Amino acid sequence: MRMTRHKSLLCMAVVMVFPLASVAQLTKADFESRIGTESHIGNVTGHAKNAQYDYRRYCVGCHGDRGDGMGENFPWVDPKPRDFQLGIFKCRSTPTGTLPTDQDLSDTIGRGLDRSNMPPWNVFTDQQKADLVAWVKHFSPRFASEKPGTPIQIPSEPEVTADRIKAGREVFARVQCWKCHGVTGEANGPSASTLQDDLGRPIAPFNFTEGRPKCGSSDQDLYRIFMTGLDGTPMPSFADNIKPDEAWDLVFYLRTLMSEPSKEKAIAKQLGLKPVDTNAPAQPSGQQ
Amino acid sequence: MKNLQKLAAVLMAVMVVLCGALLLTHDVSAASEGKISGTVKYEGTPPHMRGIDMSKDPYCAKANASTSPHMENVVVGSGGGLENVVLYISEGLSGAALSQPATNVPVFDQKNCEYTPHVLAMDVGQTFKVTTSDQTAHNIHPNPNPMTGNIPWNQSQPPGAPPVEKSWKAPEMIEVKCNIHPWMHGWFAVVKGPYATTDANGNYTISNVPPGNYTVTAWQETLGTQTAKVTVSGAGPAKADFTFKGK
Repeated sequence: MRMTRHKSLLCMAVVMVFPLASVAQLTKADFESRIGTESHIGNVTGHAKNAQYDYRRYCVGCHGDRGDGMGENFPWVDPKPRDFQLGIFKCRSTPTGTLPTDQDLSDTIGRGLDRSNMPPWNVFTDQQKADLVAWVKHFSPRFASEKPGTPIQIPSEPEVTADRIKAGREVFARVQCWKCHGVTGEANGPSASTLQDDLGRPIAPFNFTEGRPKCGSSDQDLYRIFMTGLDGTPMPSFADNIKPDEAWDLVFYLRTLMSEPSKEKAIAKQLGLKPVDTNAPAQPSGQQ
Repeated sequence: MKNLQKLAAVLMAVMVVLCGALLLTHDVSAASEGKISGTVKYEGTPPHMRGIDMSKDPYCAKANASTSPHMENVVVGSGGGLENVVLYISEGLSGAALSQPATNVPVFDQKNCEYTPHVLAMDVGQTFKVTTSDQTAHNIHPNPNPMTGNIPWNQSQPPGAPPVEKSWKAPEMIEVKCNIHPWMHGWFAVVKGPYATTDANGNYTISNVPPGNYTVTAWQETLGTQTAKVTVSGAGPAKADFTFKGK
């Protein structure tokens, strides 16, 4: 009797799991079919199959052996490890809704993600990083069927001036960065407390007064962050609403909010620049 | 153990047959345009739609000062008609009706910090437009499953922003959110072929349907789906009414 019951339970499990597994979840065979995935970064070619040892040793604990971010550390890590199967990445040089370039993925591995459990893996050689990028890509069917987006163009950086910083403050007010980041950049805007990522988990906006931006802290990185958006998070792309020249103004204004000493911060102090007034009437962008 | 293997084999065979049956479609020629119309009703007491507190954004609160904004998951008209139900042909379409996406451009507007319409239906590959009528910043953030071929994106729309024009690659009911205003919640209902959405009285008409035998599916975001078999002939619109029962 016991045996029969055991069997019927097993059958039920087969009935219930089989259709789910075939539709929703990627199988080992899916990954094996893409083991030939390559990456091309500068003059280095990465091969997925050569990254298996490094991935197993350094990455699998968080990202999991299926690359779905369900490694054994998953319950204890916040922000949660990236699910590579979805092919959605925060740090890209490419427009929102497109795949990152191989260089973008390599940069993220080398840089790490500040205020997360992802450290900078700058001990890896360029070859190791390129191999790992290929391995990360092989988890998602998207890299086999789609091309990365075209990286956004970043014009050369102009000279910082008081006028540009003031203009940047206007952009900050117009596109309403403060809704989440707050008028002082301290992540305390009216919408900050209810933000969720694409998987419905609570997420905090960047606090400009502490830590480094997750996708890099150079002026070019700041420019790229708000023009591409951080996919998978509430941070949208502003590419349609901020012109390239205005974007540099905004970068300079953002520097004034950061605690790090900078030329911009000194100028803002001299100007006696105040946080934006959220009660001022909204200024249309004039791009209609 | 042998029995188990046998059962698994039978199960596989049954599933293969089922899949085959699902894939079979009737071939119809697009001789003349037909219509499918009907009414979708809600039976029972409509569920309570929670009110929305917009006080976090003074613009939104002011825009709704004279109304009492509430959730729109189930919208029932005075005669019991169910609004925002998407109707589409789930079986029986083929050929020309499937290969050419509709050419009109449906518009999804952000107005008074809500989505108008709440559900925007569209064909796979059909261009649609997202606009903003508001003097407050929104971000338009659909969240499809990337495994379907539809890729999530997230774009800001501050006051005066130009429209965002996009299309989707695969049929899917896609949730749309604004992270800035967490109560804002809508749908892109992406289907293959001709479609319609019910009006405030629950009425709908699917146009441009070639003669043939079809299964029509009615989808409602919280009440699920229902199907009906219809035959479209040359004479007059085919009828398909649906009733969703409350709990």
